[in-house]
Amino acid sequence: MSAASLLEWTLKSVVIFLIIVGGFAYTTLFERRVQARMQTRIGPNRAGPWGLLQPVADGIKLIFKEELIPAQADKLLFLLAPVVTVLPALIILAVIPLGPNVQIAGKQYSLGLASNVNVGVLYILAVASIAVYGIVIAGWSSGNKYALMGGLRSSAQMVSYELALGLAVIGPIMFAGSMSIDQIISGQRGLWYVVLQPLGFLIYFIATVAEVNRSPFDMPEAEQELTAGYHVEYSGMKFALFFMAEYGKMIAVSFIGATLFLGGWLGPFVDRFWWLGPIYLVIKVVALLFVMVWLRATLPRFRYDRLMAFGWKILLPLSLFNVLVTAVVFVLVGG
Amino acid sequence: MNPLEILRGLWTVFRAMFEKPVTYQYPEIKRPVRQRFKGRHELKRYENGLEKCIGCALCAAACPADAIFVEAAENTDEQRYSPGERYASTYEINMLRCIFCGYCEDACPTEAIVLEHNYELSFTNRREAIYTKEMLIVPVPPNGKPTPQNVPSGEFTRAIPEMQNPD
Repeated sequence: MSAASLLEWTLKSVVIFLIIVGGFAYTTLFERRVQARMQTRIGPNRAGPWGLLQPVADGIKLIFKEELIPAQADKLLFLLAPVVTVLPALIILAVIPLGPNVQIAGKQYSLGLASNVNVGVLYILAVASIAVYGIVIAGWSSGNKYALMGGLRSSAQMVSYELALGLAVIGPIMFAGSMSIDQIISGQRGLWYVVLQPLGFLIYFIATVAEVNRSPFDMPEAEQELTAGYHVEYSGMKFALFFMAEYGKMIAVSFIGATLFLGGWLGPFVDRFWWLGPIYLVIKVVALLFVMVWLRATLPRFRYDRLMAFGWKILLPLSLFNVLVTAVVFVLVGG
Repeated sequence: MNPLEILRGLWTVFRAMFEKPVTYQYPEIKRPVRQRFKGRHELKRYENGLEKCIGCALCAAACPADAIFVEAAENTDEQRYSPGERYASTYEINMLRCIFCGYCEDACPTEAIVLEHNYELSFTNRREAIYTKEMLIVPVPPNGKPTPQNVPSGEFTRAIPEMQNPD
């Protein structure tokens, strides 16, 4: 490995890291402003112009909060849990290309860290499921019954919805004939997969909302029943890490959804001007994030048994059906 | 769970985005309070400047939060604070204890204590939470004289004023 490529990879990693961390901060602001408007309020607009410094203020506040470790807690696991939760959210974007390949000084540069690996989708699914460990560990190590209940619910929910999620992404894989994200994107040059796989996209979206524990599937942290669920005993920056994981995963699944179903960085004139690619991608991601915020502003929380029933009795059969129909049509029409 | 109903709900929420926000930008724009709003207490004066409070401590007795402390002293005609025999030499309300129920107002025989419209009672230490008589009493009215007043003897013997029917 040459020093140049090492530098390139380091730079890309830093950029991906910054996308998630910076995106996390501004997604919270975005959510608060949008949700405020949906409730005919204004939202935070005092810190800086249009409230743009609000995330900074929140961060500073959280840094200065007291870090509390309960006496009943399993100390090592208690400290490990936020790290395990936030790590997948940070590394999941590694396989998502932010734009087309760029020619700089006669050398081709890809705008993704590892977008051409041939197991990209598998990597996404594998990394996404690690986060559940963090949440279960957090629930277990807190030594608090509410936290434990939250952790349990979360693991059950994530396992249930991961199946539908995995089946939903089979559609794009079948159309592209590859698990490489680059090939999935270039397969959407003519037509986005959301047109060919509307049901698949819907299932993907519902399953990811459940996967990142967002309303209306925010069972693990159900404020009214479990006070705050798995992160009830966490404070200060450790709490901020859980928050960061939640919003980081929101951003990550939006990136993945935009890439698998909405054509990624593809858009008009992107072949002529490479810098349009990231812009198109960000527009699609923000649109998906907006829908997530919109859902949270609209829908109440599911009851736990209905959540399970919905996952296993409706979503899973539907996604199986979707895979079956896609496969049959594929064989009949012949790719 | 009807998907159409979910879409209808989403549409309702989306429409709400384009309504005018109901927020008041508080420190700049203050929403007027209702007439009977119960804010910070004030100790009233008569038009001639004498204090209405006669130091009877009925407010302290009525206070469910035990927030009021009253100490009375004797009036003389040379050093007259209020009509009648006694006046409140100390009058303190602990705003950390006060629940703004207004029972003190109801208990007062001279309508001396009134909960007014000021609700901006912030303080940064517990000592500042105790409002003394000097902070609570209203300024002397234009035609009045400050207390203690030197008054002719026998004029202000009646502690409780003649009450009119409330409107």
